[in-house]
Amino acid sequence: MRKSPQPAAWAAIACFVATIFAGPSAAEVKLAFIDPLSGGAASAGINAQKHFTYEIDKINAAGGLNGEKLSIVFYDNKVDPQESLIALKKALDDGARYIFQGNGSAVALAISDAVLKYNERNPGKEVLYFNYAAVDPALTNAKCNFWHFRFDSDADMKMTALVNFIATQPQVKKVYLINQDYSFGKAVASAARRMLADKRPDVEIVGDELHPLQKVQDFSPYVAKIKASGADTVITGNWSNDMYLLFKAGKDAGLKVTWYTYYADALGAPTAIGRDGNGVVKVVTSFHGNALPEPDPDVAAFRKRFTDKLDEFNYYRLNTAFMMLTAAAAKAKSNDPVKIARALEGMKLTTSVGDVEMRADNHQLLQPLYVATFSDNVKFDVEKTGLGFKTDVKVTAKDTAMPTTCQMQRPNG
Amino acid sequence: MLEIITFSLLNGVVYGLLLFMVSSGLTLIFSLMGVLNFAHASMFMLGAYFSYQIGTWIGFWPALVIAPLLVGAIGAAVERYGLRHVHKQGHVAEILFTFGLAYLVAESVIMIWGRNPIENRVPAVIDFPAFLLFGTSYPAYKVLMMAISVGMFAFLYLAFRRTRLGLIIRAALTHPEMVGALGHDVPRIFVLVFAIGSALAGLAGVIGGFALLTEPSMAAALGPIVFVVVVVGGLGSITGAFIASMLIGIIQTFAVSLDYSLLDLLRVFHVVVSSDSAFHEVAAVKIAQAAPLIPYLLLVVILIFRPRGLLGRRDA
Repeated sequence: MRKSPQPAAWAAIACFVATIFAGPSAAEVKLAFIDPLSGGAASAGINAQKHFTYEIDKINAAGGLNGEKLSIVFYDNKVDPQESLIALKKALDDGARYIFQGNGSAVALAISDAVLKYNERNPGKEVLYFNYAAVDPALTNAKCNFWHFRFDSDADMKMTALVNFIATQPQVKKVYLINQDYSFGKAVASAARRMLADKRPDVEIVGDELHPLQKVQDFSPYVAKIKASGADTVITGNWSNDMYLLFKAGKDAGLKVTWYTYYADALGAPTAIGRDGNGVVKVVTSFHGNALPEPDPDVAAFRKRFTDKLDEFNYYRLNTAFMMLTAAAAKAKSNDPVKIARALEGMKLTTSVGDVEMRADNHQLLQPLYVATFSDNVKFDVEKTGLGFKTDVKVTAKDTAMPTTCQMQRPNG
Repeated sequence: MLEIITFSLLNGVVYGLLLFMVSSGLTLIFSLMGVLNFAHASMFMLGAYFSYQIGTWIGFWPALVIAPLLVGAIGAAVERYGLRHVHKQGHVAEILFTFGLAYLVAESVIMIWGRNPIENRVPAVIDFPAFLLFGTSYPAYKVLMMAISVGMFAFLYLAFRRTRLGLIIRAALTHPEMVGALGHDVPRIFVLVFAIGSALAGLAGVIGGFALLTEPSMAAALGPIVFVVVVVGGLGSITGAFIASMLIGIIQTFAVSLDYSLLDLLRVFHVVVSSDSAFHEVAAVKIAQAAPLIPYLLLVVILIFRPRGLLGRRDA
């Protein structure tokens, strides 16, 4: 005679099946990453993706957020605002409550606006937007909103750091500005003009050039102009090919200037600039490999896990962002985005680079900034080039604060 | 002033010659096969990557020879085993085939060498100042680039116009059946021309790789401008491509040094545009700002007024 299974066994099977279906969604904090994972800018997105994998695994290993595990879905937006809004819609449908995006201010403005509208229409289901790289000052000024938090220093803060440094460099006499012809490039040019006039009125601005974004193949005519102007210093917000090709053309023409850049430390840039940049390329950044005498434990752990030549810990500020998220969740004793947003406002932390603060009035992170020079005389190199960045000056977090025009509208209650 | 003009001219000529190097192969292939090869700039990219790789193993000079030969071999294979079969389906199929090929090459390059620019530096043997001009040194590799490009033009011109092979190729262009009937292997001529065209792009890539940037989107970045050159010069005309390349190179370079806008021109005629009118922003754009768009403007003008291009024989 065949025995039928015991009721206890049935119960166990039922339980098991229930766990499979209900398990993952039970207690989870859902994050969404919306950045380029294909197309020309994909390398930046893929590099950031590794940072997220690292940070989330770290937090989950330590028990998650108030006991709930973090999970993330990566959405490809091809750095296109329209694609980003579609990705955002998908992320919201999938139940994401925390949106992360960085590449491109146009994308950031679109997401910030969409998140604001969504939250107004869906009370109780609010989402937060963590911006880790888009630096258009408008995001924390005229276009600020309660749901957006920026973890990179904006273009004006970075320019202040550069200009304050230039103020201590008497050899800088003639400055040439060359930037990409779009909102960010124009913001850099106007900030440089304004601040140089203020801090170094004796400096002559001998050129203010805007060129089409990522369209120029041969920069030698621009370099000929820089050369004819007699400039000793070039300030540029150019990124990617626009910076590499400009620099290369300068080298070919024997242009002897110091380059003050925003993105000479971005992924792939040290490799593209190479040895010719030794001592003449400067960058303003929130972190670099030699910022600390000994490597930060997170940087070391990241390098151990991701070992490709280009796997640099480029987004130290993401580490800060996740530290803040964890601390805010602990302070709020909740994973509810609205409560976390309130906890984040005015939050102060100490990271390995120093004190940082999330401003309550405009949701801009104040963090130390470094002006650093690309040099072969460093302890740690980048991208295995034999060169790395060397701090010229460190600006403390509170000295990077700028006045804001933000009129923050906070939710009631 | 003289200094700026001299350098602008020199820069314009160098850039023009680089454009010619890439576009000559494209126009050659088109003239024979009537195929607008969208994968042509990909051959340029392959040349850059191959020469970099070979250069790190056995040095620059062997790479300068081997890389274009390799690219030529790939070109031959593409024609023999790909295009020839697609050819039967007509031009649309051919264009789609080359279009897909361009993606395939770009993705393969990403898989092998990664997404970021590789460190393709000017080889040490040609990385020295060639001469001094107004106290500015001029890099030797640019001189080499000019020499190769001019040599390429001379070779193509002579091979096309003065040799028996050139005669057959030109005949095959207009009367393939007749040439075949005379006992020439027309399909083999096609393979040969495709290989030569690809090899020329590969050679341009060797130089262009370190003159510009070696990265997976370099083909996409150069592709459009090369088409402009070929269309402006006249599809299928080597001399036309040469003139168009120089024209585009020089116009674009000089435009960059012109800091004048429409506003300045209007001012000459005492027309004042108020700064709050919508037109003001458009009129204030300097010629220098719009310089890289001038080739495309030229393209539109040529297509309207002379669709066959400067020296083309048939309409585009």
